[in-house]
Amino acid sequence: MEWETVIGLEVHAQLATCSKIFSGAATAYGAMPNTQACAIDLGMPGVLPVLNEETVNMAIKFGLSVGAEVAEKSVFARKNYFYPDLPKGYQISQFELPVVKAGTLTIYLDDGTEKIVGITRAHLEEDAGKSLHEDFQGMTGIDLNRAGTPLLEIVSEPDLRSAKEAVAYLKNLHTLVRYLGICDGNMQEGSFRCDANVSIRPKGEQTLGTRTETKNVNSFRFVEKAINYEVSRQIAVLEGGGKVVQETRLFDAVKNETRSMRSKEEANDYRYFPDPDLLPLVISQAQIDAIRETLPELPQDKQKRFKEQYGLSDYDANNLVNNAPLGGYFEAVVKQTAASPKLATNWIMGELSAALNKADITVENSPISTEQLATLLDRIQDDTISGKIAKTVFECLWEGMLDVDGIIEEKGLKQVTDTGAIEAIIDDVMANSPEQLAQYRDGKDKLFGYFVGQVMKATQGKANPGQVNNLLKKKLCS
Amino acid sequence: MSQSPLHQQTLSQLASGLHKKSFSSVELTSHFLDRIKQYDNQLNSYITVCDKTALAQAKAADERLAQGNAGPLTGIPIGQKDIFCTQGIKTSCGSKMLDNFIAPYSATLIEKCDTAGMVMLGKLNMDEFAMGSSTENSFYGPSKNPWDENTVPGGSSGGSAAAVAGGLCPIATGTDTGGSIRQPASFCGITGLKPTYGRISRYGMIAFASSFDQAGPMTRTAEDAALFLNAVAGFDPKDSTSCEEPVPDYTQTLNDSIEGLTLGLPKEYFTDDLDSSIATTLNDAIEALKKLGAKVKEVSLPHTDYAVPTYYILALAECSSNLSRYDGVRFGYRCENPKNLTDLYERSRGEGFADEVKRRIMLGTYTLSAGYYDAYYLKAQKVRRLIAQDFHKAFADVDMLVCPTSPTTAFGLGEKTSDPISMYLSDIYTIAVNLAGLPGMSIPAGFVNEKPIGLQLIGQHFQESKLLNVGHQFQTVTDWHSNMPANYR
Repeated sequence: MEWETVIGLEVHAQLATCSKIFSGAATAYGAMPNTQACAIDLGMPGVLPVLNEETVNMAIKFGLSVGAEVAEKSVFARKNYFYPDLPKGYQISQFELPVVKAGTLTIYLDDGTEKIVGITRAHLEEDAGKSLHEDFQGMTGIDLNRAGTPLLEIVSEPDLRSAKEAVAYLKNLHTLVRYLGICDGNMQEGSFRCDANVSIRPKGEQTLGTRTETKNVNSFRFVEKAINYEVSRQIAVLEGGGKVVQETRLFDAVKNETRSMRSKEEANDYRYFPDPDLLPLVISQAQIDAIRETLPELPQDKQKRFKEQYGLSDYDANNLVNNAPLGGYFEAVVKQTAASPKLATNWIMGELSAALNKADITVENSPISTEQLATLLDRIQDDTISGKIAKTVFECLWEGMLDVDGIIEEKGLKQVTDTGAIEAIIDDVMANSPEQLAQYRDGKDKLFGYFVGQVMKATQGKANPGQVNNLLKKKLCS
Repeated sequence: MSQSPLHQQTLSQLASGLHKKSFSSVELTSHFLDRIKQYDNQLNSYITVCDKTALAQAKAADERLAQGNAGPLTGIPIGQKDIFCTQGIKTSCGSKMLDNFIAPYSATLIEKCDTAGMVMLGKLNMDEFAMGSSTENSFYGPSKNPWDENTVPGGSSGGSAAAVAGGLCPIATGTDTGGSIRQPASFCGITGLKPTYGRISRYGMIAFASSFDQAGPMTRTAEDAALFLNAVAGFDPKDSTSCEEPVPDYTQTLNDSIEGLTLGLPKEYFTDDLDSSIATTLNDAIEALKKLGAKVKEVSLPHTDYAVPTYYILALAECSSNLSRYDGVRFGYRCENPKNLTDLYERSRGEGFADEVKRRIMLGTYTLSAGYYDAYYLKAQKVRRLIAQDFHKAFADVDMLVCPTSPTTAFGLGEKTSDPISMYLSDIYTIAVNLAGLPGMSIPAGFVNEKPIGLQLIGQHFQESKLLNVGHQFQTVTDWHSNMPANYR
């Protein structure tokens, strides 16, 4: 039987605020345990939550960016359960009335096609602390630094049909929240993490199969692996005559498998009810309009623009959009050079990105300025140097030399375009390679490259490759 | 007047004495500390007495008084209900669960009292987590009613009421979730004001039922309550449910005439359920108000019968969640040698909470559970709105409601402990006020069988001024409020 995979994702994006969602404590990552937890985060008797307005602005930003309705009135609710790293015995979240209602996200798959994925809702909530088991023999340590960190939980419709689509959705969402400046997207630190709801059904079937929820998968690669594992597991269960059990599962990154955590029957009854310590969150149209003014160009719009304005391929546009600083670098270079955007893309995605990766620095800290790269591209464009020689200049710039023209001058890298000079060299090469010449003239066309190589070698790569080609063809055939 | 003993004086008399240097705050404080030593083994109104810090505060207050930058409450001693967090001082909430809890911060109300220069004598006894109507649910044993030590002082702010009535502090704070200020005020013959929900910050006040809890003063007179409300009312950025409504000077309107004021008598509150001798006493009090020029009109609050069940569903749902933080993990009571996490939770909570608190947590957990939420919690929320509407409609015709505070006078110790429902019914006249978030005040209105009984005034939102005005006018023509129990004069 042919099966169809149905996936919906719940993403927890940690909002990039300085302080927590309901207290003034700092949210910075990596502090000594329990040094960033105030009386409110500790759930001390008598404390009360006060909503951090900045988190609301961020949620509105997100809502607008996915074309969703921002709720005029939403309500914070308590999700009740006992756990040592949940200080109050309940998590403040939103349940029946979330701040962001239904919207859509247009995603770009690897093959360049577009897909529209439904966003069911997004709501504000607080994170819990962390239980630490490793350093405490037979005991558990509790670190409440993370307790009260603001999260935006973004729930998708079950619109995704493969692990690849799920990853594409996540990547697009990841890009979006970073564009909006509402999340740093750091997956290792848990700033962007995902639960995957996966089910399968016979192809053509309309009703959904029983789903499982795989919790807290924190890398794109793991999401793909976890979903693929879960799909094969469910197929095996169904084809073996069994039934998929609705349950929560955990992904084991070491064994590359998911395993059961708790079934629906064991699930907590969270006893949600409106939090009486917080007033309903009321958002005015004026507030929404003001935030709309601050929205940056959204990735999906930029993707379109890059393709139209610069004639970039889906692939190039996607790469430059996903890495916003690199996209910005690209646009700055294009503005300052007469060379084509395609040439700029090639150099930025090729030489520059490779060098940056190797040195493990971000483009914001690139030792080569956009002006320098633009000049270098100009020199390729105006035939002062060849593309190959340009790599030498690039290395000099990377090492800290400043002036492109100075480097070309100083190192004598200027391209030889004097026809007479090139012809003289060609004559020398032909004279020194009588055998190859004979073979070539006998029809061994492949040897053309040999002659090009010899000429370039003799000119230390400085001869204009186009001219060399033309002149060689003429001379070899004469 | 200034000849009367310090513990019989009102706040304004004491303030005037302090400002005239007739006595110092240290002398005044010592007087009350001495009385606590002398009488509190009978009354059990204090959980913690803060002799040293009180005298230090008194000394600081005397300096302010000497420098001439003292306010109207500077140097006045106060007893704080042990529900308010006090930095560095045990804050037990009447529970074994918090017997070892030293609060790391102070409640906003406490900070405001400190700023005003008040002197905290100690922390007052209460029913565990403010759940009860007699203080018999306190881990520290029941407080006694100074009018008759075989009876309860009411609850949950019973320690506060007993201490004020017995002259062990000139003013105390209480909190009122379903009547916990007004009912003990009635039982002990003092004045108790529950302000509008949100009038005084709840920050640092240990939560029982967050959408009902409200702090307020327990005093000898309405004027004293006005003085105190001036100091502690107002919006607090730390409490999202506190209101931005401006705070008037509550003392300014105390002497306004109440001529022409219309008082509504809810017919549902004057039924056969009310003891006839109490009804007679209250009618006399109402006559006194009429003599002052007030008019009286019967009104109806048709959903009155639903108030108690509605309250017990909603308040207990909130309580079940509010008390989840007492889990033996970070502070408070932890059981010996927990075997595992579940054992830690079960025994810490099982041993740290007493029966009434456990009963309420279980009831609240039940009503919030999947499958019951709609039938109980949601339905009760709807009824809560109907009850609020009843008041709203009544206030279209009248300025204020007047009714009993409690269906009985103080009952005997142990009389109702085995019957939770009869204990719950002790609050039938006070609970609807909390459901609607209105201000309510109990003022001493006479005696039945030598036990005090209170008259309840219910106002519109943020009309504490009017309640205090009527209360004060009543107290200018009656002297029930200046009676003290014989053994404590």
